[in-house]
Amino acid sequence: MSTADKATYYRDIRMVPFDLFKELALATVGVLIAVIVLAAVFSSPDVPPVTIASWATADPVDFVTTATSELAGSSTSADYGPPYNDNEGSVQTLWFLKPQSWAGVHNSVDPPNEFVVRPLQQAAVGNSALMADLSTFLGASVDQQSAWLDAYSQALADAKVANGQVTVAAGNYGPTPALMNSLLALARSGGLDGLLLSSDQFFATDYTGSLLFMGDGSYLGGLADEQKLTGDQWGMMNETGRYPGQAWLWLYTLGYQVHPFDQEHGFLGINSGNADLAITVTVTVLTLVLVLVPFIPGLRDIPRWIPVHRLIWRRYYSELKP
Amino acid sequence: MSAPQPAVPAEGGWTGAIRRQIARRLPLEELLPTHQPDYVRSWVYLFGAITIAALIWVVASGVVLAFFGPQWWHHSSVGRFFNSLHFWGVQVFFVFMVLHLWTQFWAAGWRDGRGPTWVIGVVTFLVSVVAGFTGYISQQNFAAQWIAVNAKDAVNATGMGAIFNPLNFGQAYGIHVALLPVAVVLLVAVHIALVRMKGIVRPIGAPEPGVPDAPAADTGVSA
Repeated sequence: MSTADKATYYRDIRMVPFDLFKELALATVGVLIAVIVLAAVFSSPDVPPVTIASWATADPVDFVTTATSELAGSSTSADYGPPYNDNEGSVQTLWFLKPQSWAGVHNSVDPPNEFVVRPLQQAAVGNSALMADLSTFLGASVDQQSAWLDAYSQALADAKVANGQVTVAAGNYGPTPALMNSLLALARSGGLDGLLLSSDQFFATDYTGSLLFMGDGSYLGGLADEQKLTGDQWGMMNETGRYPGQAWLWLYTLGYQVHPFDQEHGFLGINSGNADLAITVTVTVLTLVLVLVPFIPGLRDIPRWIPVHRLIWRRYYSELKP
Repeated sequence: MSAPQPAVPAEGGWTGAIRRQIARRLPLEELLPTHQPDYVRSWVYLFGAITIAALIWVVASGVVLAFFGPQWWHHSSVGRFFNSLHFWGVQVFFVFMVLHLWTQFWAAGWRDGRGPTWVIGVVTFLVSVVAGFTGYISQQNFAAQWIAVNAKDAVNATGMGAIFNPLNFGQAYGIHVALLPVAVVLLVAVHIALVRMKGIVRPIGAPEPGVPDAPAADTGVSA
């Protein structure tokens, strides 16, 4: 709009002196004072991260149980599906929409080998006993491995911890207990943190392996539950401690609290099993509506029907009265 | 409405054409006006200014944090203070951005050809949400771990996991400190330019320009 057009647009409107930069400067100073006070008084949240070492030390049974499921290929990550592998355990579909499958595997993760076997192979260098146990396990048939792992997984329900070792009732587990206690020792030493982060590159910033491994256990989720960060606790809007989180995600978070997204059987194909996809699609549609409000008859008329604008321009309307 | 031709000679190729467009669409007196309609003296117009002010401090504190590296603030009290400035700056930014958005909704700020201004504003909000999300998973603490572990399922479910991995700190951090701040600042700049080009929309129900007894304008995008 040119200056002349604007003069026409504002005809009959009283123009008053207005110092744009002064307002912005005052706002900038005001906000600076506010955030300095908030920062000085409240600081910011910084609960230390969980490491594989701290997990294995704090809850060795959970660590060993999770590691056993990784080796058995029965963990959430091992059965996840794209983008990590070709399985379907965590693949979500909604009606004809299968974007997770369509996208395919782009970040290959092999939990049995990457989380357990390879670290043990690296730890077995110079450790003949561990090397022998590992050879025995890897040399056994798949059925035998499964039998050992199934029996050991069940026995872990009544596991005890003594002298840094996880012990279970006597049974036919093959070398599995020895392997898992070796992995536990490696984890408690901090060595597994490094091995899971290592790659064929010297520099590493990808924590996919470590976080998937920890996410498969119950220790990380238990800590999140204590901090009220889980999905059913409006977790996405929360932060650790008493700090505000991403409150602007309230609509997205709301989805996880209501039917049919939180129900096992759901409605019209929407349920807790595909809640992530269904909520994302729902929020995307609502967001598009928000973006396009000016072009949607009816919706764009709401401000005229509900006169909140009377508060916004209260003085203007009061001066219009005869 | 007809506009007088700007006093810029029709020469200079593409550069001259762009200069004439800018001179016609956003002359300096419109970019930096010294007078505004009387109805602009309402508290709701402060929300946008406060949002910009908060963005200035979010970017400034973010530059300091980026300069010293992502681990600095975990073991330095000065670093912790700058992280706190960044954290609370983001909170102020979002609070006032949302207030600005909703007051503009109730003011039907898209009227009289201001639809693109609204669209850019909402897109700025959405890009800011992604910027905030990548910031939260770049904190290198427990919250970052948990948010990333949970968010991966939603990201993967949509197929976006093929191009963005929340568990890859390097990717999230790079996007957070390099790409998204530039996007937000550019979008805000375009939004402000559109506001200055079009001017502040007239109150709902104000008489048509120059026709005091005319019926109230509707709330659509066309004048």
